Amino acid sequence: MAKRIDISGLSAFYGNHKAIEDISMTVEPRSVTAFIGPSGCGKSTFLRTLNRMHEVTPGGRVEGKVLLDDENLYDSNVDPVTVRRTVGMVFQRPNPFPTMSIFDNVAAGLRLNGSYRKSELNDVVEKSLRGANLWNEVKDRLNKPGSGLSGGQQQRLCIARAIAVEPQVLLMDEPCSALDPISTLAIEDLIGELKERFTIVIVTHNMQQAARVSDRTAFFNLAAVGKPGRLIEIDETERIFSNPSVQATEDYISGRFG
Amino acid sequence: MSHAPTGVIERPTPASPTPKSSLGSRSLPRLAPLGFAVVSVALGIGIPLAAGWHSRIQWGMLSALFFLAISYVVTTIVENQRQARDRLATSVMWVCFLIAVVPLASLLWTTIVRGAERLDGYFLTHSMAGVLGSEHSGGVYHALIGTLEQVGIATVISVPFGLLTAVYLVEYGKGTLAKAVTFFVDVMTGIPSIVAGLFILSIMLIASIEPSGLMGALALAILMVPVVVRSTEEMLKLVPNELREASLALGIPKWRTILKVVLPTAIGGITTGVMLAIARIAGETAPIILLVFGSQLINTNPFEGAQSSLPFYIYEQYRIGEAASYDRAWAAALVLIAFVMILNLVARGIARWKAPKTGR
Repeated sequence: MAKRIDISGLSAFYGNHKAIEDISMTVEPRSVTAFIGPSGCGKSTFLRTLNRMHEVTPGGRVEGKVLLDDENLYDSNVDPVTVRRTVGMVFQRPNPFPTMSIFDNVAAGLRLNGSYRKSELNDVVEKSLRGANLWNEVKDRLNKPGSGLSGGQQQRLCIARAIAVEPQVLLMDEPCSALDPISTLAIEDLIGELKERFTIVIVTHNMQQAARVSDRTAFFNLAAVGKPGRLIEIDETERIFSNPSVQATEDYISGRFG
Repeated sequence: MSHAPTGVIERPTPASPTPKSSLGSRSLPRLAPLGFAVVSVALGIGIPLAAGWHSRIQWGMLSALFFLAISYVVTTIVENQRQARDRLATSVMWVCFLIAVVPLASLLWTTIVRGAERLDGYFLTHSMAGVLGSEHSGGVYHALIGTLEQVGIATVISVPFGLLTAVYLVEYGKGTLAKAVTFFVDVMTGIPSIVAGLFILSIMLIASIEPSGLMGALALAILMVPVVVRSTEEMLKLVPNELREASLALGIPKWRTILKVVLPTAIGGITTGVMLAIARIAGETAPIILLVFGSQLINTNPFEGAQSSLPFYIYEQYRIGEAASYDRAWAAALVLIAFVMILNLVARGIARWKAPKTGR
């Protein structure tokens, strides 16, 4: 199920502006990898290159390789739609489809891909909502619109929607930044459970969160405003937070930034 | 109007031992603007009457000017300069609102009063076949059929074109082609209906085609397409990009994303836009005169032979110049307004029914 991601020499551009430069790293399967770093250093851009969402942005362009178990996502014969089915994504702001009910939101990925059996659908929706720890809260109102849920519930609905298509990797772009501490806790617990099944990559601004949920942490930084972001180091989370090998990482983590 | 503080009104009296609050200040009562209005209308009518002017337009303009002046001066004296400017802006808006509404209300009222005299079941179900202009009979049935069919065909032609063009412009179009399409859509929005009519007429003359409802519908479609493109484009732009990204990130192809996520989210607004476009073309007369020719008889086949339509019928009855035909013209005008109004209500209903639900 879960796959390893090998990135080598990856750069991403917005038009002529280089947003990230020459990033190489390995994301281990069945683990949580956290990306930390200051705003604008390209963490989210980098995350979006991992399921070819970067090129959806006008002017978005990528150089380099992303190997998903030895298959390069950027090979010319690879269909980005297939990539996105394999590598799911949860966004910063909860974005359930406003015209759809809770049930339809979770079923959207299967239905709109056309590859499902009617009898399966109920099971998949229940399994995904249970997987996102949302089933008990919404099981009596599956036909109500998804936008009627609270922010934290909406975000878990989006996670349920993402895992319903059974991806192998789950990318999360600051999934808790719009949520209160209790909803954040619920999602962090969920991440801990999901890593049994998926490879998880999470971007976060909250260093305690990175320390709590991740197995490995990558620190990104940029030399100056307008310069491309770079990977400074990636290591076991414990090491990054106790004894990082680069001074800049320690400065950032301990708050002595710049 | 409601900017006056609703809290306790401070009335500083020199003998009062309690010091005046530093935040509160003297303010006019909430209903003061109403008082200003009454006073200025009295002045606006009284002064001209004394001077012997009888134009009601003059009365109205004087009243409006008095209203603006009185509210500004009184508020400056009682409250302060800032409040007075605020009051002045509010008053200007009210005056403009009334000026805009008066002709509309007057038009509706006249049409309803004069149209209701003749409007009944007989009028709606009979044509003008064999009816002389001066006779108090005949009806609008043939014109109603004509309008419904011509507008229906124009809608069937222009909605798919307009919708697909808008989808192209918002979801796919970039570069020169999209800019060119946008430019020509803008130019087409301004085409006078007679020009669209002449365009189709020239084709009819070249290919020697006889006038029919279809030809009129083609001209109406030319007028309708740019309106549909414009309104649909604006509605599609309102759909948050996050929804598109959420759908794409699920591995849903772009065309299905547009079909199943973007269009349903915008469908309420798109429907409203289409209905407004229909309302716009339902009142067109020029292409009908040129291309459908007009008829007194019931012709339910829009593909062959002359037809009538509501705006054409109104024009025709007015031209006859008899008391009975004037009545028919007013009644037909009422039918046309009701038709457009019903369409608008339907559009609002659909927009509300299809709008993204909050579900709380």
